[in-house]
Amino acid sequence: MGKVYDVAIIGGGPAGLSAGLYASRAKMDAVIIEKGKWGGQAATTEELENYPGSMEHPTGPKVMERMKIQAEAFGTECLKEDVTGFDFSDQIKTVKLSKGEIKAKAIIYATGAQPMLLGAPGELEFRGKGVSYCATCDADFFTELDVVVIGGGDAAVEEAIYLTKFAEKVTIVHRRDEFRAAKSIVENAMQNDKISVIWNTVVEEIYGDGIVEGVKMKNIKNGEVTDFRTDGVFVFVGTKPITETIKGLVDMDAKGYIIADEEMRTSVEGVFAAGDVRVKSLRQVITACADGAIAAVNAEKYIEKNFEHILLPDAKKEGGWV
Amino acid sequence: MLDVNKDNFDEEVLQTAGPVLVDFWGEKCEPCKALMPEVHRLAEQYGDKLKMCKLNTTENRRLAISQKVLGLPTFIVYKDGERVKEISGGENCTPEAVEALIKEFMK
Repeated sequence: MGKVYDVAIIGGGPAGLSAGLYASRAKMDAVIIEKGKWGGQAATTEELENYPGSMEHPTGPKVMERMKIQAEAFGTECLKEDVTGFDFSDQIKTVKLSKGEIKAKAIIYATGAQPMLLGAPGELEFRGKGVSYCATCDADFFTELDVVVIGGGDAAVEEAIYLTKFAEKVTIVHRRDEFRAAKSIVENAMQNDKISVIWNTVVEEIYGDGIVEGVKMKNIKNGEVTDFRTDGVFVFVGTKPITETIKGLVDMDAKGYIIADEEMRTSVEGVFAAGDVRVKSLRQVITACADGAIAAVNAEKYIEKNFEHILLPDAKKEGGWV
Repeated sequence: MLDVNKDNFDEEVLQTAGPVLVDFWGEKCEPCKALMPEVHRLAEQYGDKLKMCKLNTTENRRLAISQKVLGLPTFIVYKDGERVKEISGGENCTPEAVEALIKEFMK
């Protein structure tokens, strides 16, 4: 039998990187498997003002890069691979990759969430041609132009503020009559001359000729449909969990988020969930990091209880299970 | 992998016979930068079968917009100067998708 890791962490965002840090600090053999960019969603946001200690323009990418360096410094292995599925039937669990597989005693599933689509006609057609889900990626293009931001949560209002550094005018279109975003963020937005808000309104269509030229909006109170010219549409209407590879293997709620207890334990013994992918009330970098730490500590406890015989110093020296 | 910009885009892409793949990326685009090592690897592997270029949109914003690119990452295949296929967005532009795009147009 080849190498068996103590813990395999799926996903290299704040939750996964924190889990790696805690696991390797506890002398566990930890690997983080990430298929795309390290840092997860946090790496695509410029402002990271609400993570304690991250003051004076700590950009999302910068803080996430440090998290990865820190985890690696303690011995966490960071692998760029595509996970295709799992086998949890044996005590030693298998992570199936597009090339090969990895075995581990415990799994921490921390794949996070991804932006939800608006579902309006034109949205997919104009992706990359004015429709965007990533302000840091695309804000540059809209220098001195007008953009619409759709949504009313933290992400929508924060990214609207960020966009004012580039765009001439930022119009937030929200389907309710108040924001869900944190009060301080909303205050900042309201004081910004470049931002205006259209309440109780949904975008029903995005149109253009090769690139976005405008949107059709509908006021849900009075049914009135209006045409609004704009150069760009930024969509921040919530997120959905990334669970394709684990669907059917652990319990999930109706929305597809993984159900885990306070110790991050899922319905399968030895399989933990951490970060945005699990059912929780607050999805932030700080709560993702906390989840990762708790998951790593409980993975360690689980391994100690169930794999006592192989945690002997000699076996450990050989790199785990032999 | 050839860097194209406002000075050589016409010559290297639009006036080039046959297919050319252009990777539109930006300095603040984390998904683009995460993908870059894979793109370089693919360029080494398939470079003799398909011309591959990259364009820094941060330095060539007007050029990107003139190509109707307002979102990153975006990969466009031009054939005899005409755009024939493209993929856009972080989730869509996976190394596998880029490789598939290369295989579709390489000689």
